[in-house]
Amino acid sequence: MELALNWYLSLSAVLFVIGVLGVLLRRNAIVIFLSIELMLNAVNLTLVAFSQSFGDVDGLVLVFFVMSVAAAEAAVGLAIVIALFRNKTTVNVNEINLFRG
Amino acid sequence: METSVRLILLLPLLGAALIGLMGLFAPGFRKQEKLIGVIGTAAVAVPFVLAVLLFLGHHHGAEIVRTYTWMAAGDLSVGFDYRIDALSLIMTLIVTGIGALIHLYSIGYMHGDDGFWRFFAYLNLFIFAMLNLVLAENLVVLFLGWEGVGLCSYLLIGFWYTDLKNSAAANKAFIVNRIGDFAFLLGMFVLYKAMTAAGVAPFGLDFTTIFANIDVLAAGTASIIVLLMFIGATGKSAQIPLFVWLPDAMAGPTPVSALIHAATMVTSGLYLLARLSPVVLEAPGVMILIAFVGAITAIMAATIAITQNDIKKVLAYSTVSQLGYMFVAAGVGAFFVAIFHVLTHAFFKACLFLGSGSVIHAMHHVEHELEHKGVIAPHHGDHDTPLDSEKRKDTLRHNPLPYDGPFDAQDMRTMGGLRKHMPITAITFLISTLSIAGIPLLAGFFSKDEILFKAFELGYDGHVWAYIVWGIGIVTALLTAVYMTRAYVLTFEGRERWPDAVGTKPHESPLTMTFPLIVLAIGAALGGFLGLPEVLGESWIHHYLGAEFGGPVAEAEMVHHVSHGIEWGLLALGGLIALVGVGAAWASYRTSGLQTDNTIRRKLGAVYTLLSNKYYVDEAYDATVVRPITEGARRGLAPFDAKVVDGAVNGTAKLVRSLSSWGRGMQTGIVQNYALALVLGVVVVVALMIFV
Repeated sequence: MELALNWYLSLSAVLFVIGVLGVLLRRNAIVIFLSIELMLNAVNLTLVAFSQSFGDVDGLVLVFFVMSVAAAEAAVGLAIVIALFRNKTTVNVNEINLFRG
Repeated sequence: METSVRLILLLPLLGAALIGLMGLFAPGFRKQEKLIGVIGTAAVAVPFVLAVLLFLGHHHGAEIVRTYTWMAAGDLSVGFDYRIDALSLIMTLIVTGIGALIHLYSIGYMHGDDGFWRFFAYLNLFIFAMLNLVLAENLVVLFLGWEGVGLCSYLLIGFWYTDLKNSAAANKAFIVNRIGDFAFLLGMFVLYKAMTAAGVAPFGLDFTTIFANIDVLAAGTASIIVLLMFIGATGKSAQIPLFVWLPDAMAGPTPVSALIHAATMVTSGLYLLARLSPVVLEAPGVMILIAFVGAITAIMAATIAITQNDIKKVLAYSTVSQLGYMFVAAGVGAFFVAIFHVLTHAFFKACLFLGSGSVIHAMHHVEHELEHKGVIAPHHGDHDTPLDSEKRKDTLRHNPLPYDGPFDAQDMRTMGGLRKHMPITAITFLISTLSIAGIPLLAGFFSKDEILFKAFELGYDGHVWAYIVWGIGIVTALLTAVYMTRAYVLTFEGRERWPDAVGTKPHESPLTMTFPLIVLAIGAALGGFLGLPEVLGESWIHHYLGAEFGGPVAEAEMVHHVSHGIEWGLLALGGLIALVGVGAAWASYRTSGLQTDNTIRRKLGAVYTLLSNKYYVDEAYDATVVRPITEGARRGLAPFDAKVVDGAVNGTAKLVRSLSSWGRGMQTGIVQNYALALVLGVVVVVALMIFV
């Protein structure tokens, strides 16, 4: 039997909120990074669920785009984190505030 | 005709632009003295030739050359229009003719000066501005030229600007002129207001319209306009109360003094009055004022000139005095005589100034030679030192010694006997001296006598005040003869008074300098025949300029004309006074030299001190105008500037600073704060979409 669409969406919402809270509350840049990935995948889940439910492949296509962008973002983002760590020997975002007014 | 008018105007401008820009951007060009000199002189000489051709082709009436509309707004429509008539042609001939000669002279005089290119650029620019002034068809273009010549005068007085004294003189000339210019502007405004209020439209302050609508001016309005224009003229033409700048203006190079501060620019006030003569005649009250201001300026400057030792200062005060004569002529309503005197004065005064320049040139070489030999110290003191102490005067009385004050190339006391060394300069200077003194049949005799005659005739016609003006004029004529003869004799006759006169000889100037002198001296000798008095023949200049013969210059109507007998008598009196003045001065200065000055000084006592200090006019202005303004600025305006102006600026800055310190609190630099703001924003937007 198939699960109702609501289950997928609920799971996706929970994952997304966890991701948001992770970005807002955690201090470790890498964990923030992981949280962002979590948000992206929550969205991916939504897309797949709708695609399955409506019998339309557009959502699946979009998921591939999101995954490729996420891969690129991971590469660039991790590079930035490593560069930061080299300069400041920390990945605590509270100590990175060069743009303070 | 149109083409030649445009060429006359544009060639000097082109010359100025070419020399000025090339000099600025191509330093190699600055040393090409020959090239610069030729370009500069040609840019004035070619317009002179064109002006001569125009002059020969001109008969009567005025021709207007229109170029384009400069500004048009409401009833006002001002065009860059130029007027060719008898008056503007005569002035153009004077400006370009004398100007070309002085350009030629400057090639020799300015030789070796670092600012050679700058000098010619300014001089050409001056000619352009002056031509705008005399050729303008409306008062606005005339004013443009008026300001232009003022600017060039400023630039050239302060030509050697590294000396603070010269800069100060340039500033003085500019500021004093501004006062007159302000009155000129007001006069233009009143004229415009009066004309447009009477329904004259469109109106571009052009002379054609002004002359056609003189009737609409009420007598009071006309007087105000003429008075304001006259105040403007006193600034440019150095009359009381604004004459103080002209003697200081001698700080500029001597050709500048000859061209700008003797022959052309300073006569522009007279030109203005002659140009507006139909309007001026509507204000008889102001004309009395003009005549008296002219007469008093004439005698005041003449008395100062007697006591001056700087050769250029003597000529400067002489210029002020002669300009006073011209204003007398304008005041008694004989405008064509004023222009006649402008013409003759341009010849003899330009010649005198260039002659003095030639002398100064020679004396500078003497100075350098003496410095080289170690006779005098390389630094010389202030040249206006008073005459010597009591003790020295006693020795001088019995034995006219060489002057042993500080050496100064412009001080006549260090000259003497130069005729042997520079014969051409001496002879031309002598001719001009006799001409300005009014020796019969030379140019100055006819023009000055005509002025005095017109003043006398107005008195004879029932205006008794004119007799007073005439009397002052006669006394001034005597003084003129005396001080000019003194200047000639002290400079060229007697014994050499500079140190080491046996071993150090001055030399005659080069041909480029002496040729203009010769031409000008011929003019100074023969120019008078253009305006013969009535008893001797027909006055050409009167027929050419006079309104009654169809010319542009109006004149006062007289009911009673003096008889020929009286006119002969006045002519004889004028000639006699000149002869007596020249004779007396020659006799005493030729034999006693500097001692004569001491004798006069002893006899006059305090009066002489007053005269040699120029009536303390500068000191009076300093105490009444300059000091209060500077003090007031220091006491009143400086605190205002510090507290109010600076306070406003600093207050604004403080306000911005306090506002922004609140704003910058938002920028924490912590990424998560920004992300929080983003999320909250999304929440708000989504909430709005769902619930509203």
